Amino acid sequence: MSPVPTRQQVLFLYLASSALDTRVVAWSSYDGAGEGPTPPVEADPTPPYATGVDALRDGWRLLQASPLQRHLPGHERDTDFLLHEFIFERLVETTTT
Amino acid sequence: MAIAPDPSDLLTTAEMAHFVTHGYLAFPSVVPEEINEAAVAAFEPTGALDMLRAKPDSGTPLADLYPDPSPVGAMLRLPRVQGIIESLVGLDAVYDHDWVHTREPGDLADQHLHQDAIIDTTLAFDIQIFWFPRAVEARSGGTGFVPGSHLRQVNEFEIARYQNIVGQQDFVGPAGSVVVFHQGMWHRGRANHSGDRRWLYKIRLNPTTPQVRRWNLADFDAVHGRPSDHIFASYDLNSAAQQFRTPEPWFEMAASRLETVNRSRLWRYVTGDGHFDADWYLSRTEGREQLDQRAG
Repeated sequence: MSPVPTRQQVLFLYLASSALDTRVVAWSSYDGAGEGPTPPVEADPTPPYATGVDALRDGWRLLQASPLQRHLPGHERDTDFLLHEFIFERLVETTTT
Repeated sequence: MAIAPDPSDLLTTAEMAHFVTHGYLAFPSVVPEEINEAAVAAFEPTGALDMLRAKPDSGTPLADLYPDPSPVGAMLRLPRVQGIIESLVGLDAVYDHDWVHTREPGDLADQHLHQDAIIDTTLAFDIQIFWFPRAVEARSGGTGFVPGSHLRQVNEFEIARYQNIVGQQDFVGPAGSVVVFHQGMWHRGRANHSGDRRWLYKIRLNPTTPQVRRWNLADFDAVHGRPSDHIFASYDLNSAAQQFRTPEPWFEMAASRLETVNRSRLWRYVTGDGHFDADWYLSRTEGREQLDQRAG
């Protein structure tokens, strides 16, 4: 019996702090099993989860978390990118081979 | 030579504080319908191929842009628009560039989030005037933007990965609306689910002289407040400091106070008050820095 083909879904959650149980402030998703425009059109942009832990409890596997980095001398107070990025994945079965 | 705007057409101090805090100001229906329709008629022949439209040279003084008869010139010379420009960059500003952006009906691809031009490191700022000559309904291609993102130092499409941010907005408004953005605003063209083309005329202006207290100062003392305004000491809920300490819903906990400092530094620039502070962050650290310097 051949294995069922799978595709990867990826979820980026940006949290209010480095703790996985703090609230979601931004998010993105890419669906390797889906079709349609990328990035997906969000008609009603409501966060998919309240916190990162909620995503874990729904079956998402954590792939990567933003490291806590030393601040660059002279730029300690600069703000730029969203600080706390957590990348999740899950595999979904597909009929596509 | 430009005529000084009537004080009633200038921004108020409260509006300036809003701009410093959130990076934009919106003015619904400031352009009359005849100018809006003349603009659409002028833009129709080239549409999205705006490089084919006759344009000024970068660096052209504002006063020399689009002489009459011109719907763009008529918009720029409206007393209210002149007052807004004077307040933010001065009527001695120069033309950077402009562009007509269209979103075709049924175009469901969202543009990636970005800042325009390149990463900026100055307190001095450009403005980008977004003029919507036709009404924009919800889900009809209104420009998406992220209030409070203008002081984050990122470079153009580096932020394309961010699809949704809590508190993001899409422009919705009547014909003739103008939104003025700080050049650092994160923004994108949005999907157009409607059956109508969305029109947007966008012009970027560069200041040539300091952007200090050019607005209507009638409410200055009430809004500017005291440098000792501190949420953990004594404070005034009607002050600019109150706006600066209020985080956007997407600010991370650790970045929120840094954004208060970013806003305070920009407020120092536009007010010319090097002692302004909100919550004592600048005063505290500047005092210690002076001690460090004395110690050698």
